[in-house]
Amino acid sequence: MLYAILCYHDENTVWSWSKEEDAAVMDKIGAVRSRLTAQGKLGASLRLMPTTAATTLRKNQDPPLVIDGPFAETKEQLLGFYILDVENLEAALDAAREIAAVNPGGAFEIRPIALFNPDARKGAQPA
Amino acid sequence: MTDLAWIGAALAAARPQAVGALLRYFRDLDRAEEAFQEAALRAMKNWPQNGPPRDPAAWLILVGRNAGLDGVRKQARTVALPEEDSISDVEDVEAPLAERLDGSHYRDDVLRLLFICCHPDLPATQQIALALRIVSGLTVKQIARAFLVSEAAMEQRITRAKQRVARADVPFEAPGPVERSQRLAAVMAMVYLVFNEGYSAGDGEARAALCDEAIRLGRLLLRLFQTEPEVMGLTALMLLQHARAHARFDAGGEIVLLEDQDRAQWDGELIGEGLALMDKAMRHNRPGPYQIQAAIAATHARAARAADTDWAGIDALYAALERMQPSPVITLNRAVATAKLHGPEAALAMIAPLEKVLGGYFNFYGVRGAFQLQLGRSAEARADFNRAIALANTPAEAAHIRRHLDRHLLEAQTR
Repeated sequence: MLYAILCYHDENTVWSWSKEEDAAVMDKIGAVRSRLTAQGKLGASLRLMPTTAATTLRKNQDPPLVIDGPFAETKEQLLGFYILDVENLEAALDAAREIAAVNPGGAFEIRPIALFNPDARKGAQPA
Repeated sequence: MTDLAWIGAALAAARPQAVGALLRYFRDLDRAEEAFQEAALRAMKNWPQNGPPRDPAAWLILVGRNAGLDGVRKQARTVALPEEDSISDVEDVEAPLAERLDGSHYRDDVLRLLFICCHPDLPATQQIALALRIVSGLTVKQIARAFLVSEAAMEQRITRAKQRVARADVPFEAPGPVERSQRLAAVMAMVYLVFNEGYSAGDGEARAALCDEAIRLGRLLLRLFQTEPEVMGLTALMLLQHARAHARFDAGGEIVLLEDQDRAQWDGELIGEGLALMDKAMRHNRPGPYQIQAAIAATHARAARAADTDWAGIDALYAALERMQPSPVITLNRAVATAKLHGPEAALAMIAPLEKVLGGYFNFYGVRGAFQLQLGRSAEARADFNRAIALANTPAEAAHIRRHLDRHLLEAQTR
């Protein structure tokens, strides 16, 4: 079964980490990622820019409204996610615990994926 | 990251909001700072045991306010308030705080705190020092290191600046829209000063920390004013310039010119965020000086090699900036683009009238010397470079010009 692990944290705090602190966290996450990848459990994963870089298209009117900023003002923001391919929720929770263990703070939502369309572009790499 | 490092980052992140709210509450900068300090001390004891609160700023405001009142009550020999352990679950106290923490209050609190540091009577260096101390929470020692002065001198500078702003009487009522946008403009200028203080002297960790801090303040402003294209422009400008930090100095600490920089060393993440913000700003169709400067930086960032630089685009952007904000320094910068497009002779003609005003600016003679050199006028070039060295502000600037001169002399000898 495919799961998304959605990572939430106060971005204000996360973007206040020094370069060294950030690099230390990313190093530890990298080790967990390699482990989960080697076990065949981890698919794509990504880290988002701060919500200040976000733009929201709201379809509550026609044409839809373009709004600067994230969809919702919340205490914790969606900062990134992982895609897991594991047998059940327990296994997904185990993986999420490994990811959480190397993250200072935050919350990790384990959300089963209903439909997954893989990147169909040949040799696709983000720009 | 250890507990303490995490708490340090959380305290730094919550500081502008918390000190801003405490300042509104106590209407006294020293008391607000002391209350925050006390709250931060209690957080370092409380958070590792009870876990971090969901809203660190709200926790710090409440605990800071109680600590501040505590002090007053102790003096008045009355009963102290309950310990913060009993209020560690912030959800309980959020309702009475909601009024104080709603978006507009929060925004004006932070803006006021930043605005206090921009008092027009304060010289730029004092504005920067004050902002770094009050808003960013850097220690006097850290700030002194960045400015290369003694701790005692910096302590005195900050104390004097504080005395001056205490007398200034910034109103505590929520500002009207005009007042708010005036404050925002002053605050943006101050944030860019912080950035430039770090950027201009460049190398050195204490200095680079100022650039990081200015970017953090830019993102903070942008969260508060999400639809302001100039705030997007300012933040983009700082991100795009800071992205070149590692390429701007060689191993010996000497300046490397933009066209000689190893572009592989530019920070792609910072560039990506800067370009994303520029995309957002452009949609507003309300250009301003920060957006145009950011667009110039973005044009450089988009060129994979120096030779690919869109000089016509840069020249047009400088022309727009000149119209918006006439300044001899902008004309001098534009001349570099003009030289690329129309040759050094045209550029020399463009900057000829500037000598009267820029005669004390090292870079004027550095730029003019380079144009003279391109035209093969050795004696004039040498004279200009020597003048630039005499006027340079930092050893790196002087060394940079001197290297120009040495290279030139070497070429002259081998010719």
